Amino acid sequence: MKELEVFRKIAANPFGYAGEIKKSGKKIIGTFCSYAPEEIITAAGAVPFRIFGTNETITRADAHIQAYCCSLVRGGLEDALSGRLGFIDGTVFPHTCDSIQRLSDIWRLNGKFNFHFDVIMPVKLNTQSARTYMCDVLEKFRRELQESLGVEITEDKLKASISMHNRLRENLNKLYDIRMTNPGLISGSDIHSVIKAVMVMDRTDAAVATGTLVAHLENPKQGSLKAKRIFLSGGACIHPDIYSIIEESGGVVVGDELCTGTRYFEGKVSENGDPVKSIADRFCDRLVCPAKYFSNTARGDELLDGVKKTGSDGVIFFYLKFCDPHSFDYPYMAEYMKKADIPNMLLEIEDSSGSEGQLRTRIETFISTL
Amino acid sequence: MTEKSDNTKIRSVKRMKEIMTAYYIDAKTAGQNGKKVAWITSGGPVEPLIAMDVIPVYPENHSAMIGSTKMAIDLCEKAEAMGYSRDICSYARADIACATVNGGPIGGLPRPDFLVCCNNICGTVMKWYEVQARYFNVPLFIFDTPFIHTDFSQEARTYVVKQMEEYFIFLEEQCGKKFDRDKLKDVVKKSVEAQRLWKEVLATTKHNPAPMSAFDAFFHLGLIVTLRGTETVNDYYTELRDEMNERIQNGIGIIQEQKYRLLWDNLPLWYKTKWLSDTFASHNACLVADTYTSAWSFVIDMIDLDKPVESLAMAYSNVYINISIDRMYENLSTMITEWKADGLVLHSNRSCKPYSFGQYDTARRVSDEFGIPTLMLEADMLDGRLFNESQAQTRIDAFIELIRQRKGE
Ligand code: SF4
Ligand code: SF4
Repeated sequence: MKELEVFRKIAANPFGYAGEIKKSGKKIIGTFCSYAPEEIITAAGAVPFRIFGTNETITRADAHIQAYCCSLVRGGLEDALSGRLGFIDGTVFPHTCDSIQRLSDIWRLNGKFNFHFDVIMPVKLNTQSARTYMCDVLEKFRRELQESLGVEITEDKLKASISMHNRLRENLNKLYDIRMTNPGLISGSDIHSVIKAVMVMDRTDAAVATGTLVAHLENPKQGSLKAKRIFLSGGACIHPDIYSIIEESGGVVVGDELCTGTRYFEGKVSENGDPVKSIADRFCDRLVCPAKYFSNTARGDELLDGVKKTGSDGVIFFYLKFCDPHSFDYPYMAEYMKKADIPNMLLEIEDSSGSEGQLRTRIETFISTL
Repeated sequence: MTEKSDNTKIRSVKRMKEIMTAYYIDAKTAGQNGKKVAWITSGGPVEPLIAMDVIPVYPENHSAMIGSTKMAIDLCEKAEAMGYSRDICSYARADIACATVNGGPIGGLPRPDFLVCCNNICGTVMKWYEVQARYFNVPLFIFDTPFIHTDFSQEARTYVVKQMEEYFIFLEEQCGKKFDRDKLKDVVKKSVEAQRLWKEVLATTKHNPAPMSAFDAFFHLGLIVTLRGTETVNDYYTELRDEMNERIQNGIGIIQEQKYRLLWDNLPLWYKTKWLSDTFASHNACLVADTYTSAWSFVIDMIDLDKPVESLAMAYSNVYINISIDRMYENLSTMITEWKADGLVLHSNRSCKPYSFGQYDTARRVSDEFGIPTLMLEADMLDGRLFNESQAQTRIDAFIELIRQRKGE
């Protein structure tokens, strides 16, 4: 499918792609986590570039951060220190978990990038004062970004950016819907490539390319696939092979609540009213991240909704080792699933190179019981 | 030998144990006496609770007790059997498991009427308190203190001050009575006094020989954490300070022949304090101070008794671990100078990521700027399974050797 080629290519070599962007004269802002206010970055004429962490062996990061830290943080730091992220002009750190919080310090002190932005968002999202603060923080980021990049982020630019990002999100939502209703049409690894590529691409190009892809897939060309329907729950999924392993084991992923998945594109930014406030509202209302607080059971309820909506047969909790926020939520979310009679399993992976054989056996066993 | 054991005896220990026992009895019988119990994080704003006559209970202090009585591994394993990863904070693991079995040295903590969680020490406490809010099915108030990387913005200030007001409303709802601002003022005054006294106690170890060590400070810290804002604490720390000054006058040091002064970073190894203190003492080295017990006094000057609400909100936001590693370094380097440290021991604490990540950079900077040796001990504050004693011994020996060489011995 030629509509997929562009994504596959970029996902396979995001740094190469970034080099091209750089040549076009655009600024690139590195981001961690799905709370990065991409609309504002885009409105500043820069490209938000999601950092996933290297697959290569860690050599430099070990001198700055302990080994009991998730591979996203260690790998990201390794990329920064090795110079592989040399194309980045600055990095934005939305405040999330304890590890990212300290990574920001270490990054600022050792990273040698021109700009560093800490967007210290509220941790709780369920009060009016937190909402107000979220909006204030985003305004502050807008001011800082303007100053650093020497551009003006006007109301109009913000509005245009919001509407473009909404289109992109809509396309990704449609793509997920297509997969949900017709999981045979596009493979899990390809979906993963699309998301991974979108998160580093010039977002305007991404909106166009995803639009083309969705239009192509929407042509009713039914593939019917008899497979067990799997829902993924977790954080940053940087392990594409899991999709093919699931598929080869007789399963198929039909939905997720991953940071590199639904959490990234779920929810719409209102196109009426104050643009920054609208961005803030989306962050407070969309699928909550475990490092933030909405209510004691928000995540369990949201997972259950997702599983029901997608008609999933089972849930795979998919975490990076040493990830505190997800690990704390696991027992209760698993209990939630148990109460609803939804089979589930936990996969904890050290890094993206992980031991595939073991993963395969565990996934095969799980799917065979569904 | 007899002489040595006299040296290490601090009279006040007995009194401290009595106070803590009375406190826990009070807390455990609160219900019978018509009092409410709130669980609160160690860095949480406790003064409003005391002003409302609520008994504050500190799961972290309780977990430390579980560690000192060597009951932690068992409870951690229970939590792991409940599905909690071995990689999360062991205080949280111990507490979560303890609540379900009423285990630990005092048969579990009294059931909370509500929970108060302040994330100025970590994001972990929020996850931990969510677990307990579900388990006990009680209300949870989150006091959200934006982290300070480079500065504390005006926006953040507005947010925390607003939350202080929300906190009072929450307390009014929980307690069914009006919040008493005059009383708060009085409690804050006592709390500031407690922190001042505690700072004085800690400062006594600037003397040579040090009348007490960081290991003693870890123990005596209990009151500033649990009961600051009450008269008892201030009487106690006055007594303790006087005892220390008396020791200074009589030239009594906590270790026999103190030659080297060391600083400690991060939480202690609760199950190994005696072994560690003996090991260092056998090298004539004394851990004279630490960043952890000092954390409670770094921000006293921010509290303005005429503006208790605003200044309390600000002080709680600025605590030691809610700041970037370069800001923490400023505090640490002042300590190195003031306590004339010959070396720095950093506990790389697997449980506490926000305290530990950044230590590698800190250690490098300390040796660059002060030229003193540093030692990184990889361990955990509760989980003894992660501690290798013989390896630690070897590394401590080597570390002291470096200090000796540096002093030209
Ligand atoms: S994977 Fe977990 S620990 Fe790592 S950055 Fe994400 S939330 Fe933090
Ligand atoms: S030990 Fe660290 S992670 Fe655990 S509760 Fe305390 S500050 Fe948080």
